[in-house]
Amino acid sequence: MAAPNSGVVGSFRHLDSLILAIEQLKKAGYRELQALSPVPHHAIDEALEKPPSPVRVFTLIGCLLGAIAGFTLTIGASLHYPLIVGGKPIVSIPPFLVIVFELTILFGGLLTLGGMLLNARLPRVHVGPAYNPRFSEDRFGLWIGCEEKQYDEVERLLENAGAEDIVRDVS
Amino acid sequence: MPPLNYSQVDKDILRAMQAPGWRYYAILSADLVVLAWGIYAWRYTVQRGLGVWGITHPVMWAMDITNFVFWVGIAHSGTLISAILYLFRVRWRAGIYRTAEAVTVFALFTAALFPVIHLGRPWFFYWLFPYPQVGGLWINFRSPLVWDVFAVSTYMIISVLFFFTGLVPDMAVVRNQTSGWRHKVYAFMAQGWQGTDRQWRHYKAAYLFLAALATPLVISVHSVVSWDFAQTIVPGWHSTIFAPYFVAGAIHSGLAMVIMLLIPVRRVFRLDAYLTQEHLENLAKLIILTGLIVGYAYVVETYIAWYSNNIPEWQHFTFQITGEYAIPFWIMILFNSLVPLLFFLKPIRTSTPWLFGIAVLINIGMWMERFVIIVTSLAHEYDPYSWGLFIPTWVDISITVGSFAWFFLWFLLFAKLLPVVSIVEVKEELPPPMMGQKVER
Repeated sequence: MAAPNSGVVGSFRHLDSLILAIEQLKKAGYRELQALSPVPHHAIDEALEKPPSPVRVFTLIGCLLGAIAGFTLTIGASLHYPLIVGGKPIVSIPPFLVIVFELTILFGGLLTLGGMLLNARLPRVHVGPAYNPRFSEDRFGLWIGCEEKQYDEVERLLENAGAEDIVRDVS
Repeated sequence: MPPLNYSQVDKDILRAMQAPGWRYYAILSADLVVLAWGIYAWRYTVQRGLGVWGITHPVMWAMDITNFVFWVGIAHSGTLISAILYLFRVRWRAGIYRTAEAVTVFALFTAALFPVIHLGRPWFFYWLFPYPQVGGLWINFRSPLVWDVFAVSTYMIISVLFFFTGLVPDMAVVRNQTSGWRHKVYAFMAQGWQGTDRQWRHYKAAYLFLAALATPLVISVHSVVSWDFAQTIVPGWHSTIFAPYFVAGAIHSGLAMVIMLLIPVRRVFRLDAYLTQEHLENLAKLIILTGLIVGYAYVVETYIAWYSNNIPEWQHFTFQITGEYAIPFWIMILFNSLVPLLFFLKPIRTSTPWLFGIAVLINIGMWMERFVIIVTSLAHEYDPYSWGLFIPTWVDISITVGSFAWFFLWFLLFAKLLPVVSIVEVKEELPPPMMGQKVER
C-alpha cells in the first residue's frame, strides 16, 4: 500500500453505524479504509467491496501438488526397488490411490494455511497502531488512511455516522 | 436470563479459564497417577518384550489394536461436528464444536501411540515412514498398514491445523485480557491477530477450505483403518461392509464421548447458556441415527455370513455369538444398538443423568465391538487345529487404562488453558449490535 501511512481511527458501538461510516467515507472519496471487528460479517465485506479471497487458489495448487507427490512417491519408490509383493504388479495403481488421496488432502490443507497466513499478513510480532483491544471484544473499528489536512473532514464524517470515539494521527 | 451480548460472552467463557480450585488439582493428580502406572506397564513391555501381553498364536493382535481402532473412532465425531456440520451451516454447532474438536485432537494423540506401542522395537518407529535409506528398500505401498500410517498422520496434522486455526481469533481475545507469562503465550498463539477485514476475509476462506478438506478425510481415515482387516482373508474380517460399518461406529462412539465430556464441562463452568439442553438433545438424536446404522450393520453382517453358506465364515459367527467371547459380543449388541434406542423417548434424551449413563454404556459397547471384531476373528480362523484364545494380562489392561488417563490429561489441560467454547463463533451466532440506521446501498 503506497498510501498515506497515517490516519484516523473511529470506534463504533453498532455494526450499522460502521457500515454507514464506510458508505459515507467512500462517497467522500476515501479509498484507504480498514475495518476491525470482533466477528466477521458479510455486510462489512460488501460495504468495502473487497474481491474474494485468493486462498482458494492456494488450496487448489496444494491439492494438485499433493496428488503429484503421491504418485511420484509410490510409483518412484516401487520402481526404485522393484520387489513383487503378493503377485501384484510393481506399479499397482489402486492401492497407491489411497496414498495419493491422503497426500492430496495433506498438501491442500498445508497450502491453505500457508495461503491464509501470506494473504492475511500473519503472523505479526506487533499488532498494528489502529488496533484497540475492544475491537476484539464488542466494538467495531474503522481506520481511514488520509493526509493531515483531511483529518477534520474525516472526523466530521465519522461523528455523523455515530462514532463514539475518534483517535487522530494514528501511524 | 438476559439476552447475551458480545462482552458478556467474553466474560462468561474467560471465567472458565480462571485459576482452578483444589478439586481440579485432585482430579489431575489422580489422572497422573493412573498415567504413570500405564507408562510403567509400557516400560515393562519394552524391557521384557511383547510376550508379557496376552497375545499368543493365533491371536497376535488384541488390546493394543483394539485401543488404536477405538481411539481413532473417538476422533471422528469431532470432525463431524466441526467440519461437516460447518459445511451444512448447522447453527447449533457453534457452542460445542471447540470441545468436540479438542476430543478429535486428543483422541488422535492417544491413537497414534498404539501402533508404536505394538512395535516390538518401538524405537524403530520411523521405519513406518518412507525415507531413503542405505539398502534402497522402501515401505510397501500396497499394504493397508502403510495406508494407515498416511491416513492417520494426515488426519492428525489436518486436525491440529484446523484446531489451532479456529483458535486464533479467540486467542486474540484472551491475549487482551491476560497479563504476565500467560499474556506472552496467548499473544504467540494469536499470531498478532487484530480482526481487520482483510484478516477475516482470508481466515474465513481458509477455514471453509480446511473444513471441506477434512470432510472427505474423516471418511477415508476409518475406511482405511477398516481395510487393515477387510483386506485379509480372515473370516469375519474379509467383508466389503467394513468401511461404512467402521465409519458409522466411529461417529457413534465419538458422539458418546463428546456427550460424556460436555456434561461435566457445562456443569463445572456453568456454561448452560452456551451448551444448552438442545445441544445435548441434538447429539442424542445423531446417536439414534448412528446407533441404527451400527445395528443394521450387525444384522447384515451376520445375515451375509449365513446366506453365503461359507463354512468358516458361519462357524466364526456362531463362535462370536455363543463361544468364549459371547459376553463382549452381547454387550456390544445391547449397548451399541439397543440401549441408544431409548433416545427415541424425549424424557430420556433431555435428562442429563440418562444422557451421561447411556453415553458411558455406548463407549463401553464400542470398545467391546473393536475387541470382538479383532480377537474373535483371529481366534477362530480356518483350521480348527490352530484355534486359540486371548486372555488379557495385567500389562494389557494397565496400558489400556493408561491410554484413557493420557486422553483425559490432555482434556483436563485444555479445559483450563483454552476457551472450551469458541468465543468468536458464539458471537457470530448472536445478532450484531444495531442502531437501526438505514444504510444506503
